[in-house]
Amino acid sequence: MALYSEKVMDHFRNPRNVGVIEDADGIGEVGNAKCGDIMKMYLKIDDDVITDVKFETFGCGSAIASSSMATELIKGQPVSEAMKLTNKAVAEALDGLPDYKMHCSVLAEEAIQSALEDYEKRKADK
Amino acid sequence: MIYADNAATTKMSETAVKTMVSVINDDYGNPSSLYGFGQRAKEVLESARDDIAGIIGADPREIIFTSGGSEADNQAILSAAQLGKKNGKMHIVSSAFEHHAVLHTLDKLKKEGFDITLVDVHENGLVIPTEIEKAIRKDTCLVTIMFANNEIGTIQPIREIGRICRDKKVLFHTDAVQAIGHIPVNVNDDNIDLLSASAHKFHGPKGVGFLYAKKGIKLSSLIAGGAQERGLRAGTENVPGIAAMAAALKEAAPRINETAAYLAKKRDRLIAGLKEIPHCAVNGDEKNRLPSNVNFCFEGIEGESLLLLLDDKGIQASSGSACTSGSLDPSHVLLAIGRVHDVAHGSLRLSIGEDISDEDVEYIISSVKEVVTYLRSFSPIWRDLEAGLKEHIL
Ligand SMILES: Cc1ncc(COP(=O)(O)O)c(C=O)c1O
Ligand SMILES: [Zn+2]
Repeated sequence: MALYSEKVMDHFRNPRNVGVIEDADGIGEVGNAKCGDIMKMYLKIDDDVITDVKFETFGCGSAIASSSMATELIKGQPVSEAMKLTNKAVAEALDGLPDYKMHCSVLAEEAIQSALEDYEKRKADK
Repeated sequence: MIYADNAATTKMSETAVKTMVSVINDDYGNPSSLYGFGQRAKEVLESARDDIAGIIGADPREIIFTSGGSEADNQAILSAAQLGKKNGKMHIVSSAFEHHAVLHTLDKLKKEGFDITLVDVHENGLVIPTEIEKAIRKDTCLVTIMFANNEIGTIQPIREIGRICRDKKVLFHTDAVQAIGHIPVNVNDDNIDLLSASAHKFHGPKGVGFLYAKKGIKLSSLIAGGAQERGLRAGTENVPGIAAMAAALKEAAPRINETAAYLAKKRDRLIAGLKEIPHCAVNGDEKNRLPSNVNFCFEGIEGESLLLLLDDKGIQASSGSACTSGSLDPSHVLLAIGRVHDVAHGSLRLSIGEDISDEDVEYIISSVKEVVTYLRSFSPIWRDLEAGLKEHIL
């Protein structure tokens, strides 16, 4: 049996929404190099709807796949919906992750939340 | 497929397979049975012992067969510890980058009250003999240092360490699992008292190995039961596996220098080619290393994704990243040679075999270059490094 599901391998091999948004409305970065995974999320938001999202990830196969899937799940969603994204939803959308890789989906959830918090903070500061 | 993970395990040689199958089919008797058919299996067993002993410069009675390298390591160390304990000697000298079969056995002994000193392996992955000499105390019962490291391939100054141990009358064990069948090893010339080996690392079968113990060293048995292996290792012998192990070693031994020279050339080309990748470093001394071993750290990328993408390109390799070990910490070997976590996660080990061609070597180089560049293209660490927000480590 393969280490990862077909879905994970697909998102790992062809990650969706890779890159940077120069004029992002919210940016979130979580993880650290010490533990081996870092995710950075960039959000473009219009009228409280996520119109674009990009990510950069340093990490293992499931970290890259989780980032990719998380961006797919929130793209086009209202901020209020994206706030509800859970790591379980990311893992399920990937047809599951090995137990010891669940932290990668947690990181993806945290990266999205962190980018959304940044957005809310910027909005409040305006 | 280019299999470049021979340090993990090797393909059995044709001769080893043939030997194994023939023993399974034709000599399946129990060596402990007294009738002729059983005694024939006994002969197969003893001739394997003779062959192996001859190749490493031992007496056949100094070889006992085990289930592999881990068991041999366990038995060697626990035996030496037991002997030491009897004489009130409860101190052991080892190194921080031993295989877990050694380190976890030492952990166990620590809990029983043994004192363990791990000598430094330095940035180049080499133990310095005089530091072993300094670490040895009046109550030292054992020095255990691996012959060659399984991750970074560095070959330790075993002969000098052995000489020091002889002078100080301390038992010397070496885990030679990565060395046997690949570089010349002679227990007499190299002053070795105890040595572990594993067949599957030299084109023999998995689950079989041997322990060499110099005459006069009383081994303790790990497995209680019958009187096999002179009462030192109970259980009906794995005769087909043992015969195949001997066949593999017999095949490798006469051309060991030739093979090593051939592989070293490929290794050196791989190292030179991969060094062209910016911000990378070779792990371990470049000269004193196994002819098959190439090990690098690449800044800004993580090892598991590198391995998966190389696998897609038909190249099988390994990494010391946390994500390939199932824990949060990267390889203890890379940490022991002073690599910080950040770069230790981005390591690649290639352990090549004799079947590798020049085209394979060039294909590996271009593939690794391509994959590293690709992974860096969306690595937030790499972005920060390139933007000057963080300092390059490599
Ligand atoms: C240096 C070293 N020691 C011990 C072992 C364990 O050998 P085995 O797999 O035969 O138990 C290995 C292989 O994984 C090794 O590389
Ligand atoms: Zn991971």
